[in-house]
Amino acid sequence: MTSPSDLAERLEAQGYLPDEGVATAAYLAIVMHRPLFCEGDAGVGKTSLATALAATLQAPLIRLQCYEGLDAAQALYDWDFPRQLLHLRAAEAAGVTDADRLEAELYDRRFLVARPLLQALETTPSVLLVDEVDRADDEFEAFLLEVLSDWTISIPELGTIRAEVPPVVVVTSNRTREVHDALKRRCLYHWLDHPTFDREVEIIRRRLPDVTQELAEGVARVARDLRQEDLLKTPGVAESLDWAEALLALGARDLDPDKAAASLGAFLKYREDQERVSSRLAEWAAAG
Amino acid sequence: MTASEGDATDVADLTGSLVGFARTLRAAGVAATHDRVHATVAAAGALDVTNRTDVYWAGRLTLCSGPEDIERYDRAFAAYFNGQLAPPMRRVPPVSVVRPVAVPGSEQSGSRQSDEETVPASTASRAEVLRHRDLAALTSAERDEVRRLIEAIDPVGEPRWSRRHRPSHGGALDPRRTVRAMLRQGGEPVRLERRTRRVRPRRLVLVVDVSGSMQPYADPMLRFAHATARRRPGTEVFTVGTRLTRVTREIRDRDPSVALAAVTRAVPDWSGGTRLGELLKAFLDRWGQRGLARGAVVVIASDGWERGDAALLGEQMARLNRLAHRVVWSNPHRGQPGYAPMTAGMLAALPHVDSFVDGHSLAALQGLATVMSGVVGREVAHA
Repeated sequence: MTSPSDLAERLEAQGYLPDEGVATAAYLAIVMHRPLFCEGDAGVGKTSLATALAATLQAPLIRLQCYEGLDAAQALYDWDFPRQLLHLRAAEAAGVTDADRLEAELYDRRFLVARPLLQALETTPSVLLVDEVDRADDEFEAFLLEVLSDWTISIPELGTIRAEVPPVVVVTSNRTREVHDALKRRCLYHWLDHPTFDREVEIIRRRLPDVTQELAEGVARVARDLRQEDLLKTPGVAESLDWAEALLALGARDLDPDKAAASLGAFLKYREDQERVSSRLAEWAAAG
Repeated sequence: MTASEGDATDVADLTGSLVGFARTLRAAGVAATHDRVHATVAAAGALDVTNRTDVYWAGRLTLCSGPEDIERYDRAFAAYFNGQLAPPMRRVPPVSVVRPVAVPGSEQSGSRQSDEETVPASTASRAEVLRHRDLAALTSAERDEVRRLIEAIDPVGEPRWSRRHRPSHGGALDPRRTVRAMLRQGGEPVRLERRTRRVRPRRLVLVVDVSGSMQPYADPMLRFAHATARRRPGTEVFTVGTRLTRVTREIRDRDPSVALAAVTRAVPDWSGGTRLGELLKAFLDRWGQRGLARGAVVVIASDGWERGDAALLGEQMARLNRLAHRVVWSNPHRGQPGYAPMTAGMLAALPHVDSFVDGHSLAALQGLATVMSGVVGREVAHA
């Protein structure tokens, strides 16, 4: 991989159509070994960028979904206590009495359960997705920061584990809370926008080859218009894809108003939004 | 194509101009710190330094840290790399937060001060009088004292159960620590360890009305917000007037007057009218619904003087009430004798308010802090 446009081509081959900004951001994240911090409205393709990068780099995708109360035992590593106990009992039964040796054996790497962050450091190459980091709390940010800045995890009983080659890291956030500046400073920051009309049509056609050009354009047209409006929840590309898929399943060849109304739940997730839109579906269908 | 093998002078030139650009950017309000500029130079080096688009992305990816930075960045970038001078940074004429006050005729500040010196015994009762005085009718000496006292208020959010655990004597079994202890004892279950959930305070969100009708009360309320934000990290502060402004960042400074000055610079609409419904909608769309207001204690400090559509305000208050754990409305006029919520805005909002409290005096602000902590039960004011 030699340039952002080269990476863009490879991502396209995986069915992810990046714009110039995304391609440059991902390229720099790879060559500079810096985490990529992605923000943007829900459904603009933050998570699927990580999936596509993993496929492009032919590396496993290691995903860490964040939530409040996420702790080191779930994000970094944990000792496999039941196995340690079994080992202890087995050693006793075999008549091992050397306490020092036993202890050294107990805290061996084989009793360590690697959680996503440790897995990512130990797997080369790998793509680490830290999803919705804004859902985690400050305590989690603190140890995430340590891992992402030094690419090491120190385990008191075992020593420090270091990544030979840092993984490609994508951190996503929905901005429900301001993530600490110290974390953002370690990262490249990219704000993802909704795609343009043409790109959205292309994305739908690429992901769902059975969808007709007319149907893809119809869905993208509604999506483009609604994003200008004041809805409770603006539909993202993910919703466009869901809707196109639902319409496809109903056998629609274009934006048929009846089928569109019946499957609107795949696209708009608030009753108020649906009410505002359903009466105008015929207009959009006619516009095509 | 990488430019790292390119002409060394090119890179040096670029570094120089990037440092200059960073200065422009800082003036435009983007926190382009030294380490970030370092990253920009590295990023530009990994791309094509002679390509304008590549330089644009190298800077944007490393120097911005939020969507609001991007607009500023775009403007600064266009100006700087077109060889123009940096655009003048948005200079809001410094508005003094100190408001002229109507001094009650009977009390000259001079005589009060000599009282203070000669009769120290009266301090306690004087402080008590001060507590209940209307914030709009303070002498400048009194105002200084009230400001100090406001800074001493320590509001804390109502507690909630966290998803984190802590060791305790009672409660559910803690498998991890129990087995850990067993390992130390050679595999014998000597004692069972237990754990309970931690308790954490809820997030506090303050929305302060800075419109003309709130003039004498906006400054003490912002100081209250400052005291809260300093002591309770995670607190969010917004101002409403003709526009919604998030001032969480500005109000974080340790020194209250520095913080207030920063807020004044950031808020473009001091003393305008209020379109509460519309601004509350903007708040909910952009911040509240995504999670900022979820489960939080939300305080709205306003007189409810709505210039826009009161029905919209009612609708948005209902929405806020569904998201937030508790909605507190602090109205400076409520404490005045004979007050009844008559404005259309206030009437529309009240059905969706959990606690309707005073906001006109130091005592009222102290009371507000108690309500925020959930010590006082839910009292729904009926109009």
